Amino acid sequence: MSGQGDLLHVVTADNITPARLRLSKAVVWGAAAILALVALLQALNANGQIDLGFTNWRPTLYAFILWSVALCWAQVLGKGEYGKRSLFVLPAALFVVSMVVFPLIFGLGIAFSDWNLASPTGRKFNGLDNIRQMWGDPFFWNALKNMVWYVLAILPEYAIAFGLALLLNAQIRARKFFRVAFLMPLMLSPVAVSWMIGKSMLEVRFGPISRLAREVGIDNPAFFSSPEIARFMIMAMDAWTYIPFMMIMILAGLQAIPKELTEAAKVDGAGSWRGFWEVTFPLMLPVSITAILIRIIFKLKLADIIINVTSGGPGGATDSVTSFIFREYRDRSNVGYGTLLAMVYLVIIVIAMTILMKLADRWMRPKF
Amino acid sequence: MTDQIFHDSATDRGHRAKWWTSRILIYGILLVWCFICLFPIYWTITTSFKMAPDVMKGNMVPWVDFTPKWLGWRSLGLSPDTIGNESTVRDEFLKRFYNSAVISVSASSLAVVLGSLAAYGLSRFSYRFGFMKNDDISFFFLSQLILPPVVLALPFLVLYKSLALLDTRIGLILLYTLTVLPIVIWIMRDQFGSIPTELEEAALVDGLSIWGAFLTIIMPIALPGMVAAFILSLVLTWNEYFFAALLTSTNAVTLPVMVASQTGSQGISWWSMAALSFAAILPLIVIGILLERFIIKGMAAGAIK
Repeated sequence: MSGQGDLLHVVTADNITPARLRLSKAVVWGAAAILALVALLQALNANGQIDLGFTNWRPTLYAFILWSVALCWAQVLGKGEYGKRSLFVLPAALFVVSMVVFPLIFGLGIAFSDWNLASPTGRKFNGLDNIRQMWGDPFFWNALKNMVWYVLAILPEYAIAFGLALLLNAQIRARKFFRVAFLMPLMLSPVAVSWMIGKSMLEVRFGPISRLAREVGIDNPAFFSSPEIARFMIMAMDAWTYIPFMMIMILAGLQAIPKELTEAAKVDGAGSWRGFWEVTFPLMLPVSITAILIRIIFKLKLADIIINVTSGGPGGATDSVTSFIFREYRDRSNVGYGTLLAMVYLVIIVIAMTILMKLADRWMRPKF
Repeated sequence: MTDQIFHDSATDRGHRAKWWTSRILIYGILLVWCFICLFPIYWTITTSFKMAPDVMKGNMVPWVDFTPKWLGWRSLGLSPDTIGNESTVRDEFLKRFYNSAVISVSASSLAVVLGSLAAYGLSRFSYRFGFMKNDDISFFFLSQLILPPVVLALPFLVLYKSLALLDTRIGLILLYTLTVLPIVIWIMRDQFGSIPTELEEAALVDGLSIWGAFLTIIMPIALPGMVAAFILSLVLTWNEYFFAALLTSTNAVTLPVMVASQTGSQGISWWSMAALSFAAILPLIVIGILLERFIIKGMAAGAIK
């Protein structure tokens, strides 16, 4: 969006006196010193060298917040107008860095240790044992394989979403009603969905869908006992929740296409089928790819429905990586191994998404 | 002379028939999908008023198939005759509801404030934090979106334990803010990008400071975008289950966790589960109906560039 210079040019007449500059430096370093001191005292306290009566690490947290505030204040003190501008981005940046980067580094440390939160022995560094355990863990690889299936299920979802968006974009009455109705599934919490559909509507004896299946002639409808059907059911429930999301993005794209283009195609003699494939669809390519990429990102987090409906069963057939790690922690409260799995998953995701984004970039460039 | 002189030609009549079939097809598909979308919600509402025999017989339509009873709502302490009385179930539900409301509203507000400021800054000025320029900073924020929650969950569990933030609302608020922040920044960057910079230039010439210009001129214009971002965040945080399940145990438990914890234990007493599920989704259904256009606006922001 930007890149070369400010979009908003502001002429500033800052005369920052040396005293003010010194004050700003003093504020930052003073606060940093307090933070370091508090952290040091707490570390000593935690190791049992001195006893200051700290029960938790809150004081360090407060010192960190103090330092962050001091840093923001010092920007204005030391840099004047420019500092006021950086104040726009600085709070969010500090927040994200402290909430993501720090825990990630900390998590790397946990990933290479054997740490059972329930046991009193605490954390033991165990080198590459966790990686070895992961290599031989069939359930983890199975979960990864399931994730591939779940991600592939996005394509039919996309086709349905595109179809619905086309219908909503057509000349219809009561469009607002249909839009609200179609949006509804997205508003519902996956946990409620997993009860409403997974646990009650698909219930074998009394659920309406099971009744319907019996009417149709399936004697013993069981939706969660064979691996393939169970996986399909999870996919369907997830699709039910998220199709509106893609539908709305595609609808927005469709509405942004100038009417002249489709009309010109019609004048040139294109039927609705050819008009779609040769005009609308290519024009929608960038939007489609954005929608699919975002949907993949959401899909990779899929867990709530699985945890609540099947908890991975039968035999791990419906497990996603997230739900697997969740159970791994719930059952054995082993933080170390779970974190390692999560880290590996993150690496796989980052690599896969980078490749996908590069490919998407190439596809999105117009060919003609 | 009853014979009609001017006829539609045969080709035109064919056209009419085609038009009618396409109409019927379009509305047919729309209605079918409507049914697919709304039936689970209808099912949940009606089930919450059923009794055991109604569930087993599979009665569907209230007043025709079965007489609605307040059974399910009474088990939550929310039926007309129990809602006024103190009861443990009612207090339990209200506490969870209150937790959910406080956490999702504060997290969304915090995310909108932080995210709008950052998005505004990024759309107007060029920064340089170390090696990072504007595009890198934007990418840094947006890349948080692909971070799966599991990666953060366990480190946070340990961190929060040592910070005594486990099972507190503040802890969840901070985490939820983090998860919705990239989405807010995405929407708001789009929003601010569409506002011409001449507006601020005029304001600056008139003697406002840059923050003054932002707060008095730009904010009101960008308000619809902020509302959209807020509502989208609200939906996501209200429904969040994963972090809440890991990081809370008694005090800060939110509604989804409560719903999830009841699914196993209730057996066939569907009426109370249905009432609970419906109470959990009701606020969002209301928001969805009333504020649909903001949600669509928010989600469409990413689609068109």
